[in-house]
Amino acid sequence: MTSKINNRRNFLKLSGATALSMPFVSRAWASTLELNMLAWYGHGEPDIVGEFEAANNVKFIPKYYAGGDNMLALIAQSPPGTYDIILSDAEFVQQLNMAGYIEDLNPSDYPFDDMLHEDFTKFPGHWANGKLHSVMVRGGHLGVSYNKTAISEEEAQSYSCFWKNNVKGKVGHFDWHLPSLGMMSLYNGNGSGLWDLDTKKWNAVQDVTMSLRPQVGGYFDYGGTFNSLKNGEMLAMCGIGDWITGVLEKDGAPVGSVIPKEGGIQWTESYCIGKGTDKTDIIKKFINYMLSPEGQVKSAQMAAYPGFCITKAGRAALIEADPKEAKRSHQMEGMANDPIALINDGRIHYRDIPKQQSLEDWNDFWSEYKNA
Amino acid sequence: MGGFNTALFFDMKSNREIINLYSLTLRVPIIFWQLLFFVGPVLFMVAMSFFLVKNYRMMEAFEFINWTKMFSKNYFWDSYWFTLFIAFISTLLTMVIAFPASFTLAFRVSENFRRWAIFLLIIPFFTSYLVRTFSWYVILAEKGVVNALLSYINLGPFIMLNTHIGTLVGYMTLTLPLVIILQTVTMANIDKNLIEAAYNLGCKPYFIIQRVIIPLSKTGFIIAAIFCFILSFGDFVAPFYLGGSQEPTLPILILDTTKSGQQWPRAAVVAIVMMVTLFAIAFIGIMTAYSKSFKNDKR
Repeated sequence: MTSKINNRRNFLKLSGATALSMPFVSRAWASTLELNMLAWYGHGEPDIVGEFEAANNVKFIPKYYAGGDNMLALIAQSPPGTYDIILSDAEFVQQLNMAGYIEDLNPSDYPFDDMLHEDFTKFPGHWANGKLHSVMVRGGHLGVSYNKTAISEEEAQSYSCFWKNNVKGKVGHFDWHLPSLGMMSLYNGNGSGLWDLDTKKWNAVQDVTMSLRPQVGGYFDYGGTFNSLKNGEMLAMCGIGDWITGVLEKDGAPVGSVIPKEGGIQWTESYCIGKGTDKTDIIKKFINYMLSPEGQVKSAQMAAYPGFCITKAGRAALIEADPKEAKRSHQMEGMANDPIALINDGRIHYRDIPKQQSLEDWNDFWSEYKNA
Repeated sequence: MGGFNTALFFDMKSNREIINLYSLTLRVPIIFWQLLFFVGPVLFMVAMSFFLVKNYRMMEAFEFINWTKMFSKNYFWDSYWFTLFIAFISTLLTMVIAFPASFTLAFRVSENFRRWAIFLLIIPFFTSYLVRTFSWYVILAEKGVVNALLSYINLGPFIMLNTHIGTLVGYMTLTLPLVIILQTVTMANIDKNLIEAAYNLGCKPYFIIQRVIIPLSKTGFIIAAIFCFILSFGDFVAPFYLGGSQEPTLPILILDTTKSGQQWPRAAVVAIVMMVTLFAIAFIGIMTAYSKSFKNDKR
């Protein structure tokens, strides 16, 4: 009987305590601020945002996209204010700004004096009429990605290695016209004018791309690119760089990426604040977190795909925290393929959109190429 | 007498009304469902094919530019004919490969065994088709299971991933179990007396299949083939992940069209062409399945 009473009392106590604590629980839930993020895959994952979420009682709700067009479409089809924070490829920031999807930023809020390269402070497209619209947080280079058992490092120094006999049917494409056609433009000797092609040059780029078709073994998304390089189905890949081979290389796959003599392309990821959000302060804090040494190390080690540090303090922190990764990705001064040295040498060209053709023209050709 | 008849008439009329109301009530949900989730979206898709895209945003319009643009592109027709071709090959191969298994299940095993076999054939549908497709990477890769086995007899390695073979394997992953089930159920329902009669009259096994079993199974076989064709024709996963997206099929073209420039109206054009094609093929198939000549064959 006593035990029954005790049980009943315990039950009542427990129920009472639970009932009384419910408002606090719900208040605790309510106080967790949700931040809607639009980004490439991986940016809203725990390895990147986990610590920031815990420290600031926020929760990122990521919506992932693949490609700038896809990002623009997602915003265009959503009501204003849907996304609080937007990660954009640099070349698409201008379009975000022109369409009025992003807020103006105050340059003094961000550590521009710590950038590793002057270009990063005044990145093309991030500024319009003297106003800042986006802050670069990471980048990476695209060049020749190859399997070291089939292509030597010397051969990989030119895009011509894609036409080698022993990789016939084993050259893959990342299925996005912009980087692949950009590389073909570089191979044709267009250098810094790779995006600014007159009719003659554009025709020449199409011709050289078509000549690669017999070598091509497939067109892949991120997962397919990853798998085909990993299992050796593809021995060379056009349109990618260390952002994919870096992950495989860390797993011990005999693959790598180099910037060939014709030059490489830089992808650049930047954060913007979505128009109409009322969470500006916490987003500013997050962007600064990603630019802090801690955030830069996380970005360089990102599980989905690595990017290089863009701040001096970030690079120093990476060298200290993970010297192996810093060395693998050449993020040490004096290394031959140091990303910053490559930019200074003029071998890197920032990814852009076609200047004399429309994206649609390039995409049409890409469809023809795939069908050839 | 007349009064009696009138009452009977009204009773009958009222019964008929009750029956009609009853049957109508039963029909309403499916009509509503079809209107809401099939007719509505199709009409919207047709309307969308005349819209325009400006700054990545669809604008309501009535322009034919999407139709003229797509129909004037060689890559659209290349994709169209290729998709038709590979879906046809897939259907043919699946029907042929499925037949021996279906025949065995229909005629050579016990009813209990057949029930278990059909249950086991349904099990693959419990898992994601995408996952099943990805599992082929391990099997078909150059250093995969098939090539490892072939190497013991000094054959290979053969390239199967990112080829049409890969695409066909993917299609069959989706369609083969379904086709085997449909063929099995069709053949299992054939009156065995007819087969025995043919046998007793001296017909050889091959001719029993050709002249008795296949004609009697024609309807079920055509339905199975239609399902197989529809699933293959509209599948995106196999040609993309196992076929390496070369050459692109129409579902891949839809993705490409929407991916760059967000040309949903042009994607709608491709989708409408696909639907019309499938409608025509399914219509011809069903008309053939239930055609008079078939009934004559059956007799």
